[in-house]
Amino acid sequence: MNELIKVKNLDLHFGKKQVIKSISMSVYEKTVTAVIGPSGCGKSTLLRCFNRMNDLKGAKISGEIMLDGENIYDVKADVTALRMKVGMVFQKPNPFPKSIFDNVAFGIKIQGIHKKSYIEEKVEKSLKEAWLWEEVKDRLKDHASSLSGGQQQRLCIARSLATSPEVVLLDEPTSALDPKSTSKIEELCIELKKEVTILIVTHNIAQAARISDYTAFLYIGELVEYDKTKTLFTIPKDPRTEEYVTGKFG
Amino acid sequence: MNRRRFKERLIKALLYISIGITLIFLFLFLFHIFSKGFKVLSWSFLTEYPKSGMTMGGIFPAMLGTLYLTGLSMLIALPLGVMSAIYLTEYAKTGWFTEIIRTSINTLAGTPSVVYGLFGLSVFVLMFNLGVSIISGALTLAVLVLPIIINSAEEAIKAVPEDYREAAYALGANKRQVIMNVVLPASIPGILTGAIISVGRAAGETAPILFTAATFYTRKLPKSIFDEVMAMPYHIYALMTEGTSPDFQVPIAYGTAVVLLILVLLINGGAMFLRYRMRRRRMS
Repeated sequence: MNELIKVKNLDLHFGKKQVIKSISMSVYEKTVTAVIGPSGCGKSTLLRCFNRMNDLKGAKISGEIMLDGENIYDVKADVTALRMKVGMVFQKPNPFPKSIFDNVAFGIKIQGIHKKSYIEEKVEKSLKEAWLWEEVKDRLKDHASSLSGGQQQRLCIARSLATSPEVVLLDEPTSALDPKSTSKIEELCIELKKEVTILIVTHNIAQAARISDYTAFLYIGELVEYDKTKTLFTIPKDPRTEEYVTGKFG
Repeated sequence: MNRRRFKERLIKALLYISIGITLIFLFLFLFHIFSKGFKVLSWSFLTEYPKSGMTMGGIFPAMLGTLYLTGLSMLIALPLGVMSAIYLTEYAKTGWFTEIIRTSINTLAGTPSVVYGLFGLSVFVLMFNLGVSIISGALTLAVLVLPIIINSAEEAIKAVPEDYREAAYALGANKRQVIMNVVLPASIPGILTGAIISVGRAAGETAPILFTAATFYTRKLPKSIFDEVMAMPYHIYALMTEGTSPDFQVPIAYGTAVVLLILVLLINGGAMFLRYRMRRRRMS
């Protein structure tokens, strides 16, 4: 497996509070990596480090994250280019109050690309990749809010795929969805890793076990254990990991 | 127990009485204006010039003047107000400087309109040497409605869910793109609300245009924004205070009031319909 992302001694502070404590880890190309841990352990914050979304909230960050051989926290790094390369899907489906088509086209249009045929092609491809095309191909002009919650989340996935990212970050993408929509998105994740690298934060331990190749267990800002999912769930090294994955606390 | 039920009923009765009194006043007001004004209403009242020392004829120049003044003031105030609101919500840092700006805007909102008239006279008419003209009046009216537009636009922008902004940033949008492509489109219904209230104010105010734009009587229509105009609120005021034959002129004043009411109602109705359609499109 190719190492795509390398995190080195990552620290993150919100004001005086340290949320991420010296985390180092590697993320491998075209795998699904799950980040698990109890509420408030910093797993969402860690995920948001990979596309620098914490910058918006005024976080202080030290250490480095190497992606394609470049430190994304370098002073010369282009944040908007990074965010096109590292897409993100949020906990609550958050399509823009625009049409289905315009939602997917958003990321392409803000790059200044206005060639209609290219945009249409890209929108169709992204919707197909997110398994939404068949359901919406006849009503692309409809408002995104006319879709169900699960469809909206897949629309958000399509929207993030439209900028041809190398990595897609999913922040508890199924926690607001019903079981049927959830399993659809889980299957989709497994399919998507043929093309992109996926990092997923989940509070659902079973979900991590079902879909991920690697799992990171975070506890109060520390990376307690990081290993192949199979290993981490069957022979955890740290007693805290064992307690968490067997449901003794959470 | 009985005491509590009595109290409950008493409060309810008071509420009913309050809304009843309000409705009675509103009805009386409309009835009064319409009954005194509708006699003079006709197609020619809308299309003709005043005649025979303003005892006959129509109010076409005053209508046109009010439309010009209101339209131009909105053209000035809307972009200015919306951009100020964007600055205040998205760019201004919290601190004493921003607080001073906010306090100033709220003070402006509470200033009597005749003060705006004096301000317009000394600044736009005299200092900028724009003379008594449409542009002076429109600028004065624009300053008058600016606080309304800023406040409503600010509320609308603040009400845009953080989710949308995050989604846009996560797709690689920069701040300008987030504001232009996501925040502003989502806040248009709220901004329209401010615009609706502003149109009503701008069209109906007399004092701000008294010294800056309006003239009692002119036979020629304005050729440019540097000409003075007749305007409906001032027309009413002039007919009621300076008229020499009230028997003929008072009905014309009431008729003008009816037209002004209907005009503002139509503009508001149009804007409300627009807002309703936008909201519904968002919901469906």
